[in-house]
Amino acid sequence: MALIALKRIVKAGFINFKRNGSISWAAVLQVVNTLAIIATILLLQAVLHSALTQIKDKVDVVIYFTKEASEDKIMAIKSSLEKLPEVAQVTYTSAEEELRLFRERHSNDYPTIQALDEIKENPLLANLNVRAKEIGQYESIANFMKSDNALVLSSSSIVDKVNYYQNKKVIDRLNTIISGAQEFGFLLTLYFILSSIIITFNMIRLTIFISKEEIGVMRLVGASKMHVRGPFMIEGAIYGGVATLITVILFWPATAWLGRNMTGFLGINMYDYYASNFLQIFAILLLSGIILGVISSFLAARKYLNK
Amino acid sequence: MIYFNNVSKVYRDATALLDVTFTVEAGEFVSIVGHSGAGKTTLTKMILAEENPTDGTVFFESINISALKSNDLTKLRRRIGVVFQDFKLLSNKTAYENIAFAMEAVGKTEEEIASDVPHVLELVDLSHRLSHFPSQMSGGEKQRLAIARAIINQPELILADEPTGNLDPVNTHEIVQILKKINDLGTTVILTTHNRGVIESVNKRVITMENGKIIRDTKHSK
Repeated sequence: MALIALKRIVKAGFINFKRNGSISWAAVLQVVNTLAIIATILLLQAVLHSALTQIKDKVDVVIYFTKEASEDKIMAIKSSLEKLPEVAQVTYTSAEEELRLFRERHSNDYPTIQALDEIKENPLLANLNVRAKEIGQYESIANFMKSDNALVLSSSSIVDKVNYYQNKKVIDRLNTIISGAQEFGFLLTLYFILSSIIITFNMIRLTIFISKEEIGVMRLVGASKMHVRGPFMIEGAIYGGVATLITVILFWPATAWLGRNMTGFLGINMYDYYASNFLQIFAILLLSGIILGVISSFLAARKYLNK
Repeated sequence: MIYFNNVSKVYRDATALLDVTFTVEAGEFVSIVGHSGAGKTTLTKMILAEENPTDGTVFFESINISALKSNDLTKLRRRIGVVFQDFKLLSNKTAYENIAFAMEAVGKTEEEIASDVPHVLELVDLSHRLSHFPSQMSGGEKQRLAIARAIINQPELILADEPTGNLDPVNTHEIVQILKKINDLGTTVILTTHNRGVIESVNKRVITMENGKIIRDTKHSK
């Protein structure tokens, strides 16, 4: 019995969608607008994430050791640093390796190489390059270096300098910008999604308002609330489904164009990102579209179902 | 079957019904007559629980209509067939689907729908309009379709609110004859109208209303 009722509701929803013609398509286009905003935000978040990752990768802390520091002691500090939960990676560069890299970097800079040759001895220091998992964690790593834990393992005298203190201002500012960008992005996302949901809800409400008299008639001939409301909810789900298909199809050429022309500017190839995350994006849009359509229809029809 | 017990309905600035009391027995054909604003439509709305009385009670058999919860109200409405002056058909459904909808509402099977709908359309002479939408039909056809929808579930009561109000004399006569036939088969009919000719041709009990009050309740006789 319930299955027959469900079948009738689904069938009625599809028939109503077809017969409502331009009204149905107006609602679908409005849902497309909302889904396009959600899809754009998903892609922009990928751009933001990639940009932030690139910035974060450029930030590190380098601990320079005195010439007297033995490799064993440096390695002991390295392994104790690696045990810290905040640390993502520690790379050791010996003074000799540092010199080789310096020469490589300045191979075309003859006066510098000449000056280096005149000094005779290696002026560069062995160092540990430390990368934290998050930008905000550099301070605690630097503090660790000052703490007793580090000193137990070696001697504070072997540390020549930690460039964190020189870069602290820049790192702090970057940290503020990054968390600000994330918060701003979140608020902007929330605003766009909320405003388009409200517009879509009202659009669907308008389509149901047109049928308000018929809803009353259906109730008068003895239809249950679900029998009246069900087809509207199915129609809402169809709006969501059709709008999802239109949105993902529209984003295919759009991301292809961005991939061809804007990869340098955006930092990622939009088309590759869209293609490799297609199923995930499709699922998010489909779910958003259907939920939006069904809930809007449910709420809008409820208003006229009271009697 | 229907019992109005000292029923009054007061809107903010007007009294629609004032202390109305009457009974309609099962199988009766009752015409309620009166000018516009006499309270006829308010009265039918109370039987359908579209409006609740300000004072008094309306009973359908032993059921206090205004006290019904939503689910029970749906069940009550399935026992009443309604016909309106403006037809109130579902505009995006065909003639067949309009009637099928009323049958689906009471849980009839597809087989029952497929067998009964053509039959009832034949009864009201609309077999040739099976797949037409209301917008493709004349006023008389629409009203016959509304009657077909009202009787399809064999209700105990037919409530016809000014069913001939929008029709020409020929269609009016047809509709009245159909309603009389329905009543002859045992269904109670309550008909509201302001058309004296309709009352004459029905020739049954007439309740006359004026300014929300019953001023006369007579068995009609020529």
